[in-house]
Amino acid sequence: MTLARAEQASRRYGDVLALDRVDLEVRAGELVGLLGPNGAGKSTLMNLLVGLRRPSSGRVELFGRDPRDPASRRQIGVTPQETGLPGTLRVGEVVDFVSAHYPDPVPRAELLDRFGLADLARRQTGGLSGGQRRRLAVALAFVGRPRLVLLDEPTTGLDVAARHTLWDAIRAFHDDGGTVLLSSHYLEEVEALAHRVVVIGQGRVLADDTVEAVRGIVGVRRVSLIADNLPDLPGVVRTERVDGRLHLLTTDADELVRALVTAQTPFTDLEVRPTSLEEAFLAITSGEATSKDVPAGADRPTTAAAGGRPTTV
Amino acid sequence: MQLALVHARYQLLEIIRIPVAVFGSAFFPAAAMIFFVVPFAGDDAVGATYATASMVTFSVMSANIFQYGVGVAEDRDQPWNPYTRTLPAGPAPRFAGRVLAGLALTYLSLIPVVVIGATLTAAQVTPAAFLLALGTVAVISVPFTLMGLAIGYSLPSKAAIVVAQVLFLPLAFGGGLLSAPGDAPGFIETIAPYLPTRGAAELMWAAVADYDVEPLAVIMLGVWVVLLAALAGWAYRRDEGRRFS
Repeated sequence: MTLARAEQASRRYGDVLALDRVDLEVRAGELVGLLGPNGAGKSTLMNLLVGLRRPSSGRVELFGRDPRDPASRRQIGVTPQETGLPGTLRVGEVVDFVSAHYPDPVPRAELLDRFGLADLARRQTGGLSGGQRRRLAVALAFVGRPRLVLLDEPTTGLDVAARHTLWDAIRAFHDDGGTVLLSSHYLEEVEALAHRVVVIGQGRVLADDTVEAVRGIVGVRRVSLIADNLPDLPGVVRTERVDGRLHLLTTDADELVRALVTAQTPFTDLEVRPTSLEEAFLAITSGEATSKDVPAGADRPTTAAAGGRPTTV
Repeated sequence: MQLALVHARYQLLEIIRIPVAVFGSAFFPAAAMIFFVVPFAGDDAVGATYATASMVTFSVMSANIFQYGVGVAEDRDQPWNPYTRTLPAGPAPRFAGRVLAGLALTYLSLIPVVVIGATLTAAQVTPAAFLLALGTVAVISVPFTLMGLAIGYSLPSKAAIVVAQVLFLPLAFGGGLLSAPGDAPGFIETIAPYLPTRGAAELMWAAVADYDVEPLAVIMLGVWVVLLAALAGWAYRRDEGRRFS
């Protein structure tokens, strides 16, 4: 069953096209990560799905209805931006306020306990630490026993321990059958939580697949070696020098190594490794900027480009 | 309706946690009572009653212009406001809650004026007139609530504070709130009927004493209500359109 859907949804702010014909389906029981840099359109897509904004064209649906219809939002949970909590209200009051909007809310004590906030019920939210505020903000998404939660960058600004506490809560919700759509620019977060990744860049869906497949699609490899000077090499997305070692991100490691050898470049200690999602992701989005017509979906990884033409993605 | 009360309750809580905010709208009319009404009209039962009613009008005006003008503008800056729109309720309960909370605070800000009027002056009012005056307060809150909403929805918070401050004194003086009925300086008598403060004050005077309202001022008050409602409605829709469409 599809809980949330966008169909060819576009959203324009004046001259800026923030979302460009986006298709997305979130089915019951999924944990989907929405990945993209700032300004990619993640928040705009979230805002369309929770009914804060209307698409300029196309359609969005929650449980088969218009998200702008309050009834369609009864089974979702949303996180406020942590800076937006009313500073003078106490933690317990904020929870009670949100609870009042739902027919069968989670009891306050139980909710606060689940998010490690039980001792803070009497504190004003303005006096909480950043991590505590964020935990409260995320907790609010779960008050109404939602079937689908939409979390926009839930762990931004959290330390590692706090992030893991939140991850555990999100996983527990998912293990109980809940559906999650979470946006992040922490790639580690999406890798740790999500089963399915939707990569968004410049308002478009660049990839929509499993975490492994997204890596495979791009086929970015990290070639690292020690060398003084390098000739022009094909398909290099990014170059870094760390402690005298050169790290080259390439869409075609085979071709790159072949070019290195052909040019008779002196090098030592060659390594070719698969990349992290972050690196894969960088490759897709930077590719978006340079070449419009190379589909990110082509499976290119291990085949050398025909005719040895340098490939840039 | 239930939800509107919930919203009203939490908005009141938010405001009452910063008592200075409540104190602010009650202060000026109370101070004006002590400095102007008590020494000059305090012994005259009729004069003191009119003057107290004027100060009540003043209080209603400043409380509403400030709490809606500044309060709405500040809320619009807060991310909490859009968040509440994702709850399964829509904007109506929040709006209704705001108006209920505003009315409650207006009554609260009247307490010092009424207490000063009752204890330090010869002002007198029958129980029936007192109840009538309580109802009149709700009626005359309407134009000033609309004025505050128009300011709050059309301006950023820093500008809203300035506009509210610039408006409220001329409205009070120009409407003749700081003088006895019919006793204001000449040019004020001329312009007063055209200001919403005068129509409001006339209704208050009629509620607490034997006073015949001036039809022009009350008609103009009606015109103001229509104008301000149109302006507030326009500003609200424009703001919604900019942020939620």
